[in-house]
Amino acid sequence: MRHLLGIDQLSREEIEAILDRAESFAEVGRRDIKKVPTLRGRTVVSLFYEASTRTSSSFELAAKRLSADLVSIKAGGSAVDKGESLKDTVATLSAYDPSAIVIRHPYAGAAQMVAGWAEAAVINAGDGKHEHPSQALLDLFTLRRRLGSLEGKRIWIVGDVLHSRVARSNLAAFQVMGAGVTVCGPPTLIPRGIEALGCEVSHSLDGLEGADVVYALRMQKERMTESFVPSLREYAAHFQIDTRRLGPRQLLMHPGPVNRGVELSGEAVDSPQSLITEQVAAGLIVRMAILYELIAARGRPAPAEGEGAEQPTPIGQPA
Amino acid sequence: MSLAAALDMRSGEGADLILRGARALDPVAGIDGTHDVVIRAGRIAELASPGTADAADAEEVDAAGLHAFPAFFDPHVHLRTPGHEHKEDIETGTRAAAAGGYCGVLAMANTDPPVSTPADIEALREAAREQASVSVGFLATVTRGMEGEELTEMAALRDAGALGFSDDGLPLRSARVLRRALQYQHLCGGTIALHEEDPELSGAGVMHEGPVSAALGLAGIPSVSESTMIARDAALADYEDGRIHVQHLSAAESVDAVRSAKAAGVAISCEASPHHLCLTDEEVRSLDPQRFKMNPPLRSETDRQALIEGLRDGTIECIATDHAPHAAEEKEVPFEQAAMGVTGLETAFAAIHTDLVLPGVLDLDLVVERMAGGAAPFGLERPSLAPGSEANVALCDLGAQWTVGEEGYESRSDNSWCAGRELTGRVLMTVAGGQVAYRLRSFSLGVAP
Repeated sequence: MRHLLGIDQLSREEIEAILDRAESFAEVGRRDIKKVPTLRGRTVVSLFYEASTRTSSSFELAAKRLSADLVSIKAGGSAVDKGESLKDTVATLSAYDPSAIVIRHPYAGAAQMVAGWAEAAVINAGDGKHEHPSQALLDLFTLRRRLGSLEGKRIWIVGDVLHSRVARSNLAAFQVMGAGVTVCGPPTLIPRGIEALGCEVSHSLDGLEGADVVYALRMQKERMTESFVPSLREYAAHFQIDTRRLGPRQLLMHPGPVNRGVELSGEAVDSPQSLITEQVAAGLIVRMAILYELIAARGRPAPAEGEGAEQPTPIGQPA
Repeated sequence: MSLAAALDMRSGEGADLILRGARALDPVAGIDGTHDVVIRAGRIAELASPGTADAADAEEVDAAGLHAFPAFFDPHVHLRTPGHEHKEDIETGTRAAAAGGYCGVLAMANTDPPVSTPADIEALREAAREQASVSVGFLATVTRGMEGEELTEMAALRDAGALGFSDDGLPLRSARVLRRALQYQHLCGGTIALHEEDPELSGAGVMHEGPVSAALGLAGIPSVSESTMIARDAALADYEDGRIHVQHLSAAESVDAVRSAKAAGVAISCEASPHHLCLTDEEVRSLDPQRFKMNPPLRSETDRQALIEGLRDGTIECIATDHAPHAAEEKEVPFEQAAMGVTGLETAFAAIHTDLVLPGVLDLDLVVERMAGGAAPFGLERPSLAPGSEANVALCDLGAQWTVGEEGYESRSDNSWCAGRELTGRVLMTVAGGQVAYRLRSFSLGVAP
């Protein structure tokens, strides 16, 4: 595995290797000193063009726990806001000779483009409404701990599938691990043609009792103004997962942050069926595993002494 | 009136040229045989028996094994002048056209500022007479500043030489505005060319709406955003007895809409582009905007087949490239942010020959006819190999294999949808308006490629 760009480029074996690796990092988190020297001397760049709390913080903490040097760039206040192109920003950062670049970008395919420009391993931390593979991997990790195998399990993804990169990555991830998936939501928020991806489509929660896992998506308030749904109240009446709709043996997941009272009732969030806090905990160790697999396990040599001392090429001058 | 007389290009001496032993093919003129194609003073003088033409005072080209077609005509290109000369200008754009075997093009008016006044037209025509290596006609916008509100001075624009009218790049949202333009057309003439898209339906879409957009999480442009506008505008043209040309058809529903309008007697013509005839939205899975982002978008295989059928049955009378150059920095960005459009002049014939003629999908005769089919909808005489005609000839080697972009482009921009592809069939030489407009560098006097 050279980069982590999307789940649809991963085999089941590659996914399982990452999950096994994450299991081995779980122990590190229980130590007093939660740090291993694995990536000492390596540089990880975290480049976030979109606001993010849990994804950026868990990737950054993961890099630190592996002893990597971290360069963290957020859209606010950086050259990114001064109109520098993605290509030029990547060229500038490449002068630091990073081992990995973690990128979140509001548009599909951004991580893939960066992979074409940079020497570093590129990790897609969300590209537009396209993919969010580290989320899907941490969700698989969480489920594997609870259920063992996903083979033959039934998973419902409920909510705003149209605008959700999590939905697309998880749909692919659940299927490659052997689960059957139903996507469910109002017809305005289910993309036309999605059944070609091999999932069932439902426009109501009828039949939800057949699900082993219910994966609710975040419902954004601005969807109302674009007339995707007439009101959040009407959305909640038809699609909110509450403890009445959720059976005692069903598991509940959500990528966060939750709108309590919209896609999930507060009770459901706090119910014993909810895996939401386990998902957050898994985020850290799965992201450590991703960094490890892409940098250390590939046997990418650490930079030699003196290397990396080259001057960065100034923007606007030929490299 | 010949193309060069009706349109504008650089003036020069008419060529004296003998294409010896060429396979001359002009299905409209009923020409299909091996001849010495004799060009004297820029006109087709004679189609002589091979080896018999007198070469005195003429350049001789060994054309054995090569095809001579009437040069192509493209009713839809963007030369980007004025305002966007960093993408293309009249000189580079017409050089690209000549390299693709074209003898004439129609330039769209969505420049900066848009071509909306008689002075704009006059300035462009003057520039073409200095810079253009093939004949160029200029369209003017339908509405002032392409703002979709008020009509331009259509009659004065026609007097200044506007070939027709189009707000291409943007649809005419307002049915009222199009209706007024169609009424006014009775006074001033000039075909109205329409970019058909309902912005309410296409919204922020960047690709065809379907399984591929669902998989990629990209906002879709539904086929009905095009076909509903065609149906509306065909009804308006029918009601006002106007003449319209529908640009860049992309969807099966659109082909149906044009077909039924034609059956009802509406004066409507239309075009399809090589990329819509050869590619589908499956290409967008690469997320490469350089080659695969344009408007209208690449659509499904069903749509592509409907376009091919429309081309066969005559619903679609011409192939038009919608040649849309963009600078590298406008394309080296994620798909959703990239500019819409691809270049196509230099590869149109070769791509269609490779993807549709060689596999037996379309006959060579039909392709040669449709590649110049864009002249008639704008009231222009089509290029011909018939003796006495102005010499407009594309000399092609149908067996030549080449990799697109390997030797660069004549266009100023390199956002070719064929970039990196190996194509079979290449234009070696183009005669436009009686002058030699292009020679492939490796092909010169008597030297086979």
